[in-house]
Amino acid sequence: MTEPILKVEGLSKAFGALEASRDIWLDLRPGEIHALIGPNGAGKSTLIQQIAGGLAPDRGRVLFDGRDVTALSTAARARLGLGRTFQISSLAMEYTVLQNAVLGALGRRGGVFRFFRPVMRDAALLKAARAALEQVGLAGVERVRTAELSHGQRRQLEVAVALTLRPRAFLMDEPMAGLGAEGTRAMTAFLRRLKTQAPILLVEHDMDAVFALADRISVLVYGGIIASGSVQEVRGDPEVRRAYLGEEGAP
Amino acid sequence: MRRERSLNMALMAVLLVFPLWAWSADEPFLITLSTRAVIFAIAGVGLNFALGLGGLVSLGHAAFFGIGGYAMGILAYHAQTYTPLMEWPLLIEGSKAMPVIWAVAIMASGLAALGIGALSLRTTGVYFIMITLAFAQMFYFFTISWPSYGGEDGLSIYVRNGLFGLNTMDPITFYAISYGWLVVVLFVVSRAARAPFGLALSAARQNAARVQAVGQVPYRLYLVAFTISGAITGLAGALFADLNRFVSPTMFSWQTSGEIMVFVILGGVGRVFGPVAGAALFILLEHLLGGVSEFWLVYLGAILLGVVLFARGGLYGLIAGREVAHD
Repeated sequence: MTEPILKVEGLSKAFGALEASRDIWLDLRPGEIHALIGPNGAGKSTLIQQIAGGLAPDRGRVLFDGRDVTALSTAARARLGLGRTFQISSLAMEYTVLQNAVLGALGRRGGVFRFFRPVMRDAALLKAARAALEQVGLAGVERVRTAELSHGQRRQLEVAVALTLRPRAFLMDEPMAGLGAEGTRAMTAFLRRLKTQAPILLVEHDMDAVFALADRISVLVYGGIIASGSVQEVRGDPEVRRAYLGEEGAP
Repeated sequence: MRRERSLNMALMAVLLVFPLWAWSADEPFLITLSTRAVIFAIAGVGLNFALGLGGLVSLGHAAFFGIGGYAMGILAYHAQTYTPLMEWPLLIEGSKAMPVIWAVAIMASGLAALGIGALSLRTTGVYFIMITLAFAQMFYFFTISWPSYGGEDGLSIYVRNGLFGLNTMDPITFYAISYGWLVVVLFVVSRAARAPFGLALSAARQNAARVQAVGQVPYRLYLVAFTISGAITGLAGALFADLNRFVSPTMFSWQTSGEIMVFVILGGVGRVFGPVAGAALFILLEHLLGGVSEFWLVYLGAILLGVVLFARGGLYGLIAGREVAHD
């Protein structure tokens, strides 16, 4: 089996008496979608934050591409190739779609501390930005202000900006949130293609999407992983059904 | 965008024609008034670089304005009294040469902004406002109790500093120098705003998490912006001191910080030429309303209130419409 790109080893984080993450081990291998599911308040966001670098764990470490990145900042991890999309769209709202994508391409290329040449005339950056917009299907709206985009388009742009970084792995926090049936279908198809480019650690509430997409699923309940395995294994796991899927989730 | 550009041109044209008219009509006072507007505009453009682009609400830019002023005052004072500024470890003489004074003012205020920014930028929001204010107040009280350079009374410089043998005491000459600096500063700032740095800085203001997620550190962007901002305001301070041939702790007072912010808000936060309009309007109001009543600040307050409540984009927002993203 190929070496995992991302490894989480024994991560723990407590807020006072609340154990938000309890001894979590998981990994992400090339070419796969590893879905992280769990009921509200299970600690998914806390875990994602620790992997992305926004929150320091109490114990354990995060390895990216064989390198211990636990002490690195969010920005440093992004530069190493950890592409992240947020649960709530996190974009520069005053900017056009293209400007947001160029910002990503600029982050990838570096050289932010340049003060003279107009950035929106930089052919290399524009090319990278447009390629990413093309890939998510936003090429037609590149001049539209981000604040005027529909919710679904913002989610797409979020992914496009992550793409401009040419990441080695994606960290996606609920990319389907609020997309509607049609949007979810399109995003599902898109992510299925995207995972060949870089594997995806996917936090998602939409169970149909998760079951359709994931190569592996880890189930997080009360800060701990109670089951991890293929879709079949997790669906059949009695503990998971009891703790999480309930009656309505039974296949 | 088009309207904004025409407004920029119109504004700069008025600032060129009006003093020339005043010169031909032999109204030196009006030239001096215009010079004040132009110098305040430079200070405002400096603040706007941090405030408009980076969202850094600094209520301490008087610190940089004052440092620029004292850079001029101290250098010129030593030159006019023929006393060295420093004898050990190396001999430093005073100077009456504008280029030297400008360079010192820009470097000293930039360095101060770097230090103040490095500490202040660890906070945000109201705390940032308060800590920048506190730093400026430190300078204010320090200069008040610094007898070597006049303390509370300030320092008078008898003759305006020199530049290439020009007669800088001639109001129109000094106006031309100030206007030239305004053009240079506007050019530098508008280039920077559209360059990679401007894109990243403004993005950090809009959404810091986004900037981090693309691998950049907002703190560094803010710090560089704050340093440049302080250096520009420091240059304005040196020019202002030269205009009055006088420096005093008032330049460091929090009212000065407030006034610089008023230029920015009146003109339009985040518009490169906004503070130029704001400073010009401020001087105009000061002149017109000041003639009506000595309590003219009450009227200014009412106008400011109106701008904040009904015209958030200031003069530029009112005339040129909403800001359009650069293409």
